[in-house]
Amino acid sequence: MVDFRVNIGKLALKNPITTASGCFGYGLEYSDFLDITKLGAIFVKATTRENREGNPYPRMTETPSGMLNTVGLQNKGVDYFIDHIYPSLPTDHTQFIVNVSGSKLEEYVEVAERINTLENIPAIELNISCPNVKKGGMVFGTNRHAAIEVVAAVRKVYPKTLIVKLSPNVTSIPEFARAVEGAGADSISLINTILAMAIDAEKRRPILSTVTGGLSGPAIKPIALRMVWEAYHSVKIPVIGIGGITTATDAIEFMLAGASAIQVGTANFVDPQVTLKILKGIEAYLLRNDFSGVRDIIGNLEMPEGFEKYRPKTF
Amino acid sequence: MLSVKKRIEDLIVLENNRLNEEYYELVLRSAILLPAIYAGQFAELRVDHTNNTFLRRPVSFYDIDYKQKRIHLLIRQVGNGTRQLGRLQKHDFLNIIYPLGRPFSIVPGKKFLLVSGGVGIAPMLLLGKSLISAGKTPVFLFGFRSEKQYFDLSRFSSLGELLITTEDGSKGTKGLVIDHPVIDSEDFDGIYTCGPEMMMKAVAKVAAAKKLFCEASLENTMACGFGACLTCAQPTTSGMKMACVDGPVFNTKDLLW
Repeated sequence: MVDFRVNIGKLALKNPITTASGCFGYGLEYSDFLDITKLGAIFVKATTRENREGNPYPRMTETPSGMLNTVGLQNKGVDYFIDHIYPSLPTDHTQFIVNVSGSKLEEYVEVAERINTLENIPAIELNISCPNVKKGGMVFGTNRHAAIEVVAAVRKVYPKTLIVKLSPNVTSIPEFARAVEGAGADSISLINTILAMAIDAEKRRPILSTVTGGLSGPAIKPIALRMVWEAYHSVKIPVIGIGGITTATDAIEFMLAGASAIQVGTANFVDPQVTLKILKGIEAYLLRNDFSGVRDIIGNLEMPEGFEKYRPKTF
Repeated sequence: MLSVKKRIEDLIVLENNRLNEEYYELVLRSAILLPAIYAGQFAELRVDHTNNTFLRRPVSFYDIDYKQKRIHLLIRQVGNGTRQLGRLQKHDFLNIIYPLGRPFSIVPGKKFLLVSGGVGIAPMLLLGKSLISAGKTPVFLFGFRSEKQYFDLSRFSSLGELLITTEDGSKGTKGLVIDHPVIDSEDFDGIYTCGPEMMMKAVAKVAAAKKLFCEASLENTMACGFGACLTCAQPTTSGMKMACVDGPVFNTKDLLW
């Protein structure tokens, strides 16, 4: 019997397998395919103060081993979420975490305050890393002062578990990880998508309506793994690993790099049952290697001797 | 329509028939009873063993045989994913998610024109059959670039009148579907269309001018097919809709395109 429980700050998860915001709807979209209450947590899609129609079509293109999207935070707004979606979520059986987004600091604060009133939402994930909106999103996540300001402001009004989702589109992950930790975050999750571009050579046009978009999928996994490893060594708060996880081995690699939990994103589109396969695969790995619990592998990485001599110090 | 539970299933490949340089037909069999599948719905096919594709490929249902538990798919080879699917052989398994999307509507009226271009003919076989079983008459108008794309369409002509146009005149009437004289006929109670967006827009315009019922099946690129990724966005008169769950079939009067 394997102990799958992990903690993200004050938040206890029954297992470390969760789903990434924007890739799993509100969970209900997947209920034909799997028992979503078996997941450790579900990070529901980005929620903003007002209804957002999102960006124009085309919003997506496949790229080698991944995809590029520019959805642009399409959602019906926080009031709609509270009135129509929240009551239908099976919150007694798994944790639902709301991804909070906005264009202005006040919007983040207001949405966080509203979500705080929901008894069965134990945490929020502050999205300061969406690359697909003109104002806000990544603007907060790629400017250290703006990041500190928004995290501190939300911290003031939000007493439950505050997770901050970091952008990979920065030079130094440790700098941002430490900054948001200092501003009061209980946990950091990374990475959001990588700013990228695709071109249709025949038409001599960019493929996406917004020219650039966010790259996700297995293509970004090695980058995400490096960033999670750096973040783990930079802060004391728990790290949630995200980026191209499609197999149990991928998830285990992230946990060895230091992630206390992981989010599965784009892989859900290809195999809607992938999360539970990952959970099974982790159990087999733990049994095979005589670990009694999943916590035993968090950051349990054997480093090559004297590697610091050959690698620039980043944390 | 009843909401049918979506499935993920490994189907066995019974046949992979090359129809011409670009088109092939896959015949798949389920081990269990098929769910109800309606004309215009689609499946998401997993593409295995390629170097760099990642997402599934959405493909409309071409024909269904409930007794034999068989699904027929008509596929046009356009890129790496559809090329790889074209390599499937008898006894291989193909993982599919189905049935997805909102199908064509059957509405009052007697005679309907079904206008398609290229691989857009795929959903029209099931639609033709549904119209006939509802006591209506389908007329098929299909456009291709040239005779090279053409293949045996007797499954359509056995259901109703079949009119063909080719851009170069190598088969049927020369020109685009929209140039065919049948478009000006006053006999029809409605039009269904599937194919390139330019063609569907032109057909929708004709229908609007005649105040005819018209539905179009859109091909917006999508990542998931079941309403999670929100990438197949389609602006409509009632806001942003998703082609995968609110479509792919839309009444053309609702489309802002």
